Amino acid sequence: MHPIRKKRLTIVLFLLVGVSVAVGLTTYALRQNINLFYDPSQIADGEAPVDVRIRAGGMVEDGSVLRDPESLKVEFKVTDFSSSVLVEYTGILPDLFAEGQGVVAMGRLDKNGRFVADQVLAKHDENYMPPEVNEALEKAAGKRAAMSGAESDAAASY
Amino acid sequence: MAFDSFGAFIAMEGHGPYVWSCYFVFFVLMGAIAFWSLRQRRFVIAQQRRRMNSTQVRNTSPAGASFTRIEPSQD
Amino acid sequence: MWQIFHKLGSPKWFFGIAATLMPWLLWVGVAMLAAGIGWGLAFAPQDYLQGNSYRIIFIHVPAAFLAQSVYIMMAVAGLVTLVWRMKLADVFVKAVAPVGAILTFLALFTGAVWGKPTWGTWWIWDARLTSMLILLFLYFGVIALGAAISDEKSSARAVAVLVLVGVVNIPIIKYSVEWWNTLHQPATFKLTEKPSMPPEMWVPLLLSVLGLYLVFGWLACLRMQTEILLREGRTRWVKELIQARGS
Repeated sequence: MHPIRKKRLTIVLFLLVGVSVAVGLTTYALRQNINLFYDPSQIADGEAPVDVRIRAGGMVEDGSVLRDPESLKVEFKVTDFSSSVLVEYTGILPDLFAEGQGVVAMGRLDKNGRFVADQVLAKHDENYMPPEVNEALEKAAGKRAAMSGAESDAAASY
Repeated sequence: MAFDSFGAFIAMEGHGPYVWSCYFVFFVLMGAIAFWSLRQRRFVIAQQRRRMNSTQVRNTSPAGASFTRIEPSQD
Repeated sequence: MWQIFHKLGSPKWFFGIAATLMPWLLWVGVAMLAAGIGWGLAFAPQDYLQGNSYRIIFIHVPAAFLAQSVYIMMAVAGLVTLVWRMKLADVFVKAVAPVGAILTFLALFTGAVWGKPTWGTWWIWDARLTSMLILLFLYFGVIALGAAISDEKSSARAVAVLVLVGVVNIPIIKYSVEWWNTLHQPATFKLTEKPSMPPEMWVPLLLSVLGLYLVFGWLACLRMQTEILLREGRTRWVKELIQARGS
């Protein structure tokens, strides 16, 4: 390669490496701000500030949804299968909200460790499938669960 | 076919407005950039031709001298 | 090897190649895009969770995919501009930047419309959506910088530097869903694993991605031809070409 071109190439590569390092360090320093939400484990460890507007995210625990018959108030537990947080919310939930589905809730953590949400968003995963396939999968999973006793392997599938 | 009727296809079980507005904007924008790019090329060709014709008129003027413009490569 | 490289840099040679390729790129691309979208909209099964709103994926993913690969191609061209000073590389960057901006806008727009019924919000400042918005502004910056400097050579170099600096954003977009907590789900298509959807969904998706690639190729050729005609208007081959096209 021509020496001048080699020199230009090195300059450009240095520029690229320099910019990448700068951006890398910045994003690393800001990683907690870039994270959209706190996991239930982070909240349980006291990493999330109390009485400040934050977001909490995880899976809606199976069988934890309690709907108030008189109002739109709902209570449910959000879990990452090692800890869980009790979330209280009044309002209309997104269509995709269901037990075992991912959610991101916005609101404040009160002193008792309850999360009072003013907005709940549904989070879904990257798996798409026709409804029949899902039913078949669920049936198969149910059969397996019935055979192996009550032990659920929800944590493994997370 | 995943739908029973044309009406069901349009309605998409209530998601129709979301789905169709996406496809509408997609085709409008892609069509617009294609159309605009084609028109731009046609415009540039027409412009060059006009300029060429005007210089040709000047070159065939009674003076009779002919010039060929030499453009050395820039690099 | 080097001769091919230099030939590639010749605008005249490129103009001819583009002219022969363009009809193929356009019609095969449009056919694949139509097949993929038609299949995806009318024949692919609905999703067990999202129902029919997921059908937006058949344009959302192609637009987002192209938006990023166009930027990567621009960065490679920027490197060629800076190191080898090849004029055609700058022609490419200037020609495709507006197309990239439109594709990025489409990815953001279709994503927002899809997010409303599924997530419950049009927009959220999560890492994936924000880095994609930065990509849109990078495209705007490239277009504006290219237009602001009138000297051809300095404009080429300035734009190339901006494009190369901005390429850092591409891995951030790609891995944002893995490095940080985001509302956006991870990628459905991965290079190393099989797609996380059945073939009757991913085949039409793949068709529309490839179709949009070809249509982009056509647009790039067309816009590069225009740019070459503008820049090389005084050379003999352009004059001959315009005369040959009839008056």
